Amino acid sequence: MSEMPAAEKSSQEERRKVGLFVTCLVDIMRPTIGFAAVKLLGDAGCRVVVPSQTCCGQPAYNSGDRQTAKDLAKQAIDAFEDCDYVVVPSGSCGGMLKTHYPELFKGEPDMAARAERFAEKTYELVSFLTDVLHVDKVNARYDGVVAYHDSCAGLRELGVKKQPRRLLKSVEGLTIVELLEAETCCGFGGLFATKYGELSNAIVARKAADIGAAKVDTVLAGDLGCLMNIAGKLQREGSAIKARHVAEVLAGMGDLPAVGEPAKGERA
Amino acid sequence: MSVIATTLKFKENAHAALTDARLQGALSFSRNFAVRRAAAADRLAEFEALRDSARAIKDHTLTHLDLYLAAYEEKVRESGGHVHYAEDAEEARRIIIDLCRSFDAKSVTKGKSMIAEEIGLNDALEAAGMEPVETDLGEYIIQLRHEAPSHIIAPAIHVTKKDVEQEFRKAHRDLPANRDLSEPEALLAEARAILRAKFLAADVGITGANFLIAETGTSIIVTNEGNGDLTQILPKAHIVIASIEKIVPTLEDAAQLLRVLSRSATGQDMSVYTTLSTGPRRLDDPDGPSAYHVVILDNGRSNMLGGEFEDMLRCIRCGACMNHCPVYQAVGGHAYGWVYPGPMGAVLTPSLIGVVEGGQLPNASTFCGRCEQVCPVRIPLPKMMRHWREREFERRLSPAPLRYGLGFWAFFAKRPALYRFATDVAARGLNLIGRSKGRLKWAPLASGWTEYRDLVAPQGATFQRQWRAKSGATT
Amino acid sequence: MAREKRSDDVNAREAVLANIRRSLRVSGDEAPRRFEVETRLGEAPVGVVPKRGQGDIEARLATFKAEAERAQATVEVVASADDVPERVARFLRDHNCPATLRMGADARLAAMPWGATALEILHGASDGHDLSAIAVAFAGIAETGTLALASGSDNPTTLNFLPDNEIVVLTKDELLADYESVFAKMRAAYGKGGAPRTLNFVTGPSRSADIEQTLLLGAHGPRRLHIVIVA
Repeated sequence: MSEMPAAEKSSQEERRKVGLFVTCLVDIMRPTIGFAAVKLLGDAGCRVVVPSQTCCGQPAYNSGDRQTAKDLAKQAIDAFEDCDYVVVPSGSCGGMLKTHYPELFKGEPDMAARAERFAEKTYELVSFLTDVLHVDKVNARYDGVVAYHDSCAGLRELGVKKQPRRLLKSVEGLTIVELLEAETCCGFGGLFATKYGELSNAIVARKAADIGAAKVDTVLAGDLGCLMNIAGKLQREGSAIKARHVAEVLAGMGDLPAVGEPAKGERA
Repeated sequence: MSVIATTLKFKENAHAALTDARLQGALSFSRNFAVRRAAAADRLAEFEALRDSARAIKDHTLTHLDLYLAAYEEKVRESGGHVHYAEDAEEARRIIIDLCRSFDAKSVTKGKSMIAEEIGLNDALEAAGMEPVETDLGEYIIQLRHEAPSHIIAPAIHVTKKDVEQEFRKAHRDLPANRDLSEPEALLAEARAILRAKFLAADVGITGANFLIAETGTSIIVTNEGNGDLTQILPKAHIVIASIEKIVPTLEDAAQLLRVLSRSATGQDMSVYTTLSTGPRRLDDPDGPSAYHVVILDNGRSNMLGGEFEDMLRCIRCGACMNHCPVYQAVGGHAYGWVYPGPMGAVLTPSLIGVVEGGQLPNASTFCGRCEQVCPVRIPLPKMMRHWREREFERRLSPAPLRYGLGFWAFFAKRPALYRFATDVAARGLNLIGRSKGRLKWAPLASGWTEYRDLVAPQGATFQRQWRAKSGATT
Repeated sequence: MAREKRSDDVNAREAVLANIRRSLRVSGDEAPRRFEVETRLGEAPVGVVPKRGQGDIEARLATFKAEAERAQATVEVVASADDVPERVARFLRDHNCPATLRMGADARLAAMPWGATALEILHGASDGHDLSAIAVAFAGIAETGTLALASGSDNPTTLNFLPDNEIVVLTKDELLADYESVFAKMRAAYGKGGAPRTLNFVTGPSRSADIEQTLLLGAHGPRRLHIVIVA
């Protein structure tokens, strides 16, 4: 980013202090997605901060442990209190923060109000870029034929559908092919994937077959959980199709080792 | 059909379903429903508005259910019919058997009724020395196979045409053995002839009801075959078995619901036969039953009112949720182990048979949300499945490894500095193990994953650790 | 025994209603609730009515025909009621059906010149041995190409289900736009809160897709539904 006059810079800072909620999966498994998010937000003029954070609480919430979910929610709301926006490179965690946090505190007026305000300023990453920052193209190149998998929470809780496709269209060298079953669940479902492994496998097998039939070399999504599940299945089946997070491709990091691939310099 | 639930064995049932090649082939036929529903919804500009209207009508009715039931009863009596209440399945069976005995019934034809399945009516009729004959083609097929329905709209969806041929040859022994039954047309023609004789010979006809109209004391059945009609107009008595939440206030309200029912179920704008029946035959009727009895069943539903699961009583039994569910599409209906499969079954079953027996079902979901997206009366199905999981957690019914695992995770997640430290250690450790391939074929506690899929290895130091290193933070 | 049973029934009724009230936290005597219910039952408010069936007679006819054919019914329009018997005779010949037809006591059918055809006419409800029957509709519904048929000796209900072929006659101006219009007509005929013993809404011939989702006509009810509209 080029240098800006001090006054403009500080007003920009005041306007767009974006807290990155990186998500525990990205934090632990694939930090490059977090760095891609930082780059995209920075290129769009945001000042990105990363408050100390842990988990959004969804595993506890979906397992019926409301108390732990509330404790973690309060922690997150506190940590991001002074951010103008909270941006999440995940539809699943984004949905938890935006649509479920207020519900968690129903009946507790003070926390409910804080959760509402928190939810209002929270966005999934790609839709934040397009819908709030009005970014309609990126400066990136990716030579490949890609399919985009619509992660369930992003699609149904947050309305993320057209936005990633719009930005992907601006990536040089990239062709999008629509999956027949783009909107069908991949079978991850968080703990479901291990609790009901055989069933989850049956569902991801269908997703993998759908991707294979589309004759693409890459599958993209906005959720690392889905990507780990899909990549894990494709690789177990010996497929050469690569899985990447849409943020990495949009940020020009499409040459990173794909999800489940070894780092460069390692033998595969 | 037995009402003994095998819901606790969902995983085993699912395994059997996933390894049953014939079932998997048959399940592929059900994938069409979603396509047809989408086409029907697209074709009608007012579809979304109708869903809102339908939902509002159901909500209004449920909050006034006692009064609408009383109004309904009054009108039924006025038209010469009888209303009986049954608190539970046993009472309902007793009332129906007693009624059938009073009509000297030997043969009883049946229209499709999920409530009849719920109370195990066919077994009870047989035990009482009567012959129940299912007349819906799908129900007839599974009756021959001694099976339960696997879908609430298409009960024999798990059966192939070869299966049907086999059953017909076994059951219809009087017909020539060399007849050609290789095509569906031939199978249908045979079923039509066999069942026509049964329709005409029946003493009592039992149907369910899609709706009961309070304004007029009317029961509505919706079919494509016309079997429900032949069941209810030919015998001397017609018995309707319906649950308490089938009531709608007026004819106009019924029209709102009918407009979303078939479209959501099969993608048809209207079913072939939608029939409104009010009381027994009148002086001017040359046909129709001489006696009309309605059995209204509670069986746990009144407990759902005013609570967390009240929204589930809006269900109009269209089947859209299961048609769009990745879990149902993978294993079919029998895996759910009781009467009601798919998302609506996952929510309703614990309410009716208890969360101890039925709790597996709401756990076997990814919460993808497609069910709620297509439900014509906008039931928040994933939310209610989550409520069941909360009940289980409170009662410590969830498996111990899961509780400990979550507790372990929560311990760290509530302590950010410790979390950052521990996750970084774990990430770098697993990265070392998996770095040559970038993925792991096995990891502790993750066999449910790694048996079928590779597990991605972490890239190395965590994001937060790297970020802090870059920005020079000290904590 | 009878008295025990009656009190059992009464007990079950009271138990169920009491449990409903307990769950809803009401006594059942609350005036506002009663008023709401009485009002709704009395006024029967209309909800969302699709535009599809609306329009003048010609528009409704066109919509009705298109929707009915979509459901695999066949539709023809004749200039006058006197043309009906000849058209029906032709329909039966075209489908190689015997020249026998069952009908009810409907005066409008009786007034048609059946004698001018070679058809054998039988009267009354069907006992299952009729291949073809004819009935006059209570109304048609343009919205979905549906026929409304009311029970009674004029047009017995069994005629709609037992024969292989059903022919239904109605005049063009009986083609109403939507279900709400049929209910209004029903109330006019049977009184508010009244209804015929059976009102059938019929959309196309009987069908089933229960065998491998293959669509087949003539499951238990008629294989063919032929609609004759008198202009």
